[in-house]
Amino acid sequence: MVSRISEEQVKYVANLARLSFDDEEIKKFTTQLGDIIGFAEQLNELDTEGVEPTTHVLDMYNVMRDDVVEPSLPREEALKNAPVQEDGQVKVPQIMEAD
Amino acid sequence: MSNFETIIGLEVHVELKTKTKAFCGCANEFGAPPNTHTCPICLGHPGVLPRLNRQAVDYAIKAALALNCDISRVTKFDRKNYFYPDNPKAYQISQFDQPIGRNGYIEIEVDGKKKRIGVHRLHLEEDAAKLNHLEDGSGSLVDFNRVGTPLIEIVSEADMRTPQEAYAYLDKLRAIMQYIGVSDVKMEEGSLRCDANISIRPYGQKEFGTKTELKNLNSLTFVEKGIAFEEKRQERILLSGGEVEQQTRRYNDATKTTTLMRGKEGSDDYRYFPEPDIIKLKIDQGWIDRIHAEIPELPDARQKRYVDELGLPAYDAMVLTQTKTMSDFFESTIAEGADAKLSANWLMGDISAYLNSKYKTIDEVPLTPQALAKLVQLIEKGTISSKIAKKVFKTLIEKGGDPEKIVREKGLIQISDEATLHGLIDPILAANKQSMIDYKNGKDRAMGFLVGQVMKQSHGKANPTAVNKIIREEIEKL
Repeated sequence: MVSRISEEQVKYVANLARLSFDDEEIKKFTTQLGDIIGFAEQLNELDTEGVEPTTHVLDMYNVMRDDVVEPSLPREEALKNAPVQEDGQVKVPQIMEAD
Repeated sequence: MSNFETIIGLEVHVELKTKTKAFCGCANEFGAPPNTHTCPICLGHPGVLPRLNRQAVDYAIKAALALNCDISRVTKFDRKNYFYPDNPKAYQISQFDQPIGRNGYIEIEVDGKKKRIGVHRLHLEEDAAKLNHLEDGSGSLVDFNRVGTPLIEIVSEADMRTPQEAYAYLDKLRAIMQYIGVSDVKMEEGSLRCDANISIRPYGQKEFGTKTELKNLNSLTFVEKGIAFEEKRQERILLSGGEVEQQTRRYNDATKTTTLMRGKEGSDDYRYFPEPDIIKLKIDQGWIDRIHAEIPELPDARQKRYVDELGLPAYDAMVLTQTKTMSDFFESTIAEGADAKLSANWLMGDISAYLNSKYKTIDEVPLTPQALAKLVQLIEKGTISSKIAKKVFKTLIEKGGDPEKIVREKGLIQISDEATLHGLIDPILAANKQSMIDYKNGKDRAMGFLVGQVMKQSHGKANPTAVNKIIREEIEKL
């Protein structure tokens, strides 16, 4: 079976997700992602002429909440999983776009 | 005269002033200590379920109606996917193909010419976290208080042709959002943000030129200056035989120039898809009618009423309605019985000058509409001179108080009584006979001198018109 996506596409998606892979991994994922897409493509066999695209399986509308403040997490709790912190904030590498 | 026509479209983000965030109950509050308004939902923890804030939807509908948009009867949310530290979910909940509002417009006026600027779409989305870049370049600090707060994005049609039109559009948009009360619209606090798309084309050409996107336009003036610089930059490129590249550029106010942020190759691929966690919205006529009824008189309507019903000059009406606070203050002042034009003069003159010098708005000073109305009436009745009025005004705007009481207590009442004025004037005339003769011989300036002496002697309390009259009579007698 021909692979449904190319290695280039896998590299492109990996870059969007800020992931880096070696050549071997790229090959593996190209095959695997191709298989997944092939599986999903079975849906194309169905005739969906005149059927509205489904965005949600529940036949419901307008589920909303009132604008009422609820307690937030204590700061220590909120930051517990952040490996580097400074001044009550999460420290991340500088990702400034060129100036 | 330039051979090129500039095409401008603006993308404006307005932060909604709901009590809570768009999809969770965390407080939506500017300036709180970092990371004190977060929860598993806005921090993007796995397995959480966002719950849509009804007030945010109401505000978005209200804004769309105020901008004359058609409201989508069925609308949904979508995921906009991107990786960046300001966005812990790695997607932003936004609206892609079914925005709440479409096909609206804003009426602007530049140099006396009215023009309608189209509003392409208005949609509801959530804001990102605030990144504070460390000066030493060692990294950035993330404050998640802002992540998940509701925003509306308003995209104009590419209908603007000059930086001045862009300024007028944004100014009017800001005023409308303020009048309907959905946002603070403070550019300095980021509750109103603007990006501009600019391209130029030779006059007569149908196709648009390649556009650049301009960011970091943090004030109305920056919008105007940034666009003005960018249109010149593109013109220079085309005139020297080059080609404008599709870029995102940043406005730098220190140098008054724009600099490259990223080129086309860095352009985004957001891979939108329907947000499965939020149920679709059906907006029926009843809902629209209810929101419509909450929309107050908007700046354009007020402006028209000030001209038609109060007889104000168009310019005054425009200036007074620029902010809701100023316009409301004016309305309260005339409701107290003060003359409209005199009140307008005070608001546009001394009051605005004072506010601008102190970087304050009218609701931040002790002066009340009642006090201004009384002040205006005291001048109208001739109880105080306009010179004394300025002194009283200074007290009112700095410390507040009741003008009548201030005038009484400080003994500032204008002297109009003839006998009392003669008591002041006669000795001065006796000492300045030559000036009287000079005036009689046609030296008009001599009158000013004499009146000035009397005003000085009376500490500004003499009624200048009455003084003038008496001096003339005395000169006639010579």
